[in-house]
Amino acid sequence: MSALFRGGWLRLYAALYLVFLYLPILLLPIFAFNSSTVIAFPLSSFTTEWFAQLVEVEALHAAVLTSVRIALITAAVSTLLGICAARAAARYRFPGKGGIMGLIMLPLVLPEIIVAVSLLVVFLQLGLQLSSLTVILGHVLICTPFSIAILNSAFQSLDVSLEEAAIDLGENSWGVFRLIVLPLVMPGIISSLLIAFTISMDEFIIAFFLSGSDATLPVYLWGQLRFPQRLPVVMALGTILVSLSILLLILAEWARRRGVRKRGGAETGGFL
Amino acid sequence: MALISLQGINKYYGDYHALRDINLEIAEGEFFSLLGPSGCGKTTLLRSIAGFEMPENGVLAIDGQDMAGVGPNRRPTNMVFQSYAIFPHLTVAQNVGFGLRKSPMPRADKTRAVEEALEMVGLGGYGPRAAHALSGGQRQRVALARALILKPKVLLLDEPLSALDKKLREQMQTELRRLQRQVGITFILVTHDQEEALIMSDRIAVMFEGAIAQVDTPEGLYLRPNSRKVGEFIGMMNLLPGALRQDGAHLLADIPGLGAVALPRDFLPDGAAPGPMTFGLRPESMSVLFTSSELPTGKFVDGVVEDRAYYGDMTYYEIALQGRQAPVTCSMKNMISRPVLSRGDAIRLAWEPGALIPFAET
Repeated sequence: MSALFRGGWLRLYAALYLVFLYLPILLLPIFAFNSSTVIAFPLSSFTTEWFAQLVEVEALHAAVLTSVRIALITAAVSTLLGICAARAAARYRFPGKGGIMGLIMLPLVLPEIIVAVSLLVVFLQLGLQLSSLTVILGHVLICTPFSIAILNSAFQSLDVSLEEAAIDLGENSWGVFRLIVLPLVMPGIISSLLIAFTISMDEFIIAFFLSGSDATLPVYLWGQLRFPQRLPVVMALGTILVSLSILLLILAEWARRRGVRKRGGAETGGFL
Repeated sequence: MALISLQGINKYYGDYHALRDINLEIAEGEFFSLLGPSGCGKTTLLRSIAGFEMPENGVLAIDGQDMAGVGPNRRPTNMVFQSYAIFPHLTVAQNVGFGLRKSPMPRADKTRAVEEALEMVGLGGYGPRAAHALSGGQRQRVALARALILKPKVLLLDEPLSALDKKLREQMQTELRRLQRQVGITFILVTHDQEEALIMSDRIAVMFEGAIAQVDTPEGLYLRPNSRKVGEFIGMMNLLPGALRQDGAHLLADIPGLGAVALPRDFLPDGAAPGPMTFGLRPESMSVLFTSSELPTGKFVDGVVEDRAYYGDMTYYEIALQGRQAPVTCSMKNMISRPVLSRGDAIRLAWEPGALIPFAET
């Protein structure tokens, strides 16, 4: 590390990179506590009024609840699907495996707007009401590849002989999964849940097309941007979301490191 | 009656014939080794006995019971894996006691059984430790205790010592042997290390390319290999091309470099005919004559030291002989009174015709 940053230019590059990355986010809390409704410098005075307003807007509460509900279900479903797919990829050989895995991972690179429009057409053709359910279906589609990618590495690094040893010692396949496989891939599962949750919480395009009257948080925010005087409230909300995201990430990393330490594994990967 | 009986076992992976018509009987309480180079099918055979591989045909019986369709969790076998397969998220005691989970034994008895098993492998008091914090040697002992706690009829060991360093490996060889005598369970060991197999086993099956080449005691394999391949694989062996011919009542061997020698009539196994053949001769069956007063016990020839390897207790000499392209290897025990020869020294080499091993393949 130190060798990397010893060079003056590299140090400058790194500093600029971080500023570029985080300065816009830093503006969120600054204007969230600024009393003027105009988002511009110089700042006027300090206020917590926007946070107070947040509490009062009922539509916002509904949007947050909808988003959390969708994100929770999406995280659970895509992680479950991810476990099945990663397990199959790691342990079984079947015809067309490469092609099937490729097709499952494809939504990772498909333009989201194309996916959203296609799904809209399909759902309308099927006569499905646009609702939280349709958003969940769309989000599961885009979150599952991420879950598979994360869980794949967890399942691939699992030594087959651990499972064989457990079978040899008298366990059946469910016992082996519950007692050996699950505890050992748990860090991957938690990681997958968190990532899928975050992606779903963030996701705008699919939710915009498929949410119907159940607006998610990003869709609600989008709607609010039409009213300039609401901007500081949006800033306040953004501040809370960013703080929560950072907290969540720290928690996830803490859990992961604790798991690694408990197992005595080498410290590799992770977010922080 | 044999504890384990294999009849006509074949295993294919696609077109690859992994096990070729394996017939084998292993007795109760025997320390049996499957020895061969990597890819010879020894691990596949072990895994077939464990139940992880299902042979396509043939009969595999343990203790008189046909094992067809019986899974590894219902066979009276337990296995020590090459990687030891210690469950990293459990403690040492939880690892060792894993197989007792489903046993109706009271909890206190289980705890005692675990502690006894740990003491048996020299890890008494290690129970509460985290399994991942153990050293390689300790992991192996935990794997042994975990497999033996279920009192299997057969313990299967898949190259259990290959990951250990030399000193530890030698120590574990003795210890495994002692453990086997103590518990009296049949051990089947897979190894590619011929020395390890010779040291530890009651009997050894040598395997090449999916087939068993020879089954014998360590002495039997070393002194009477039934093929050139086995002879070369077990210990060191000089291979000397030559010919055997009938000379009246005698057999006469003609070996370029060593000369002609008369051999007893029973030198050739039944059914073998004289003709061109390869003779095997172990390095210790030849000796360098250091002084002219030493009387040769067998035949002798003149030669020149081409190279030497000094091992402390032994020295291995490469000796060039007239009439032979490649030098022969001869081993000598080092003694205070004996000089260690150097390259270029002219010496006289004695050899024992009785130690020649005939191989029909040339």
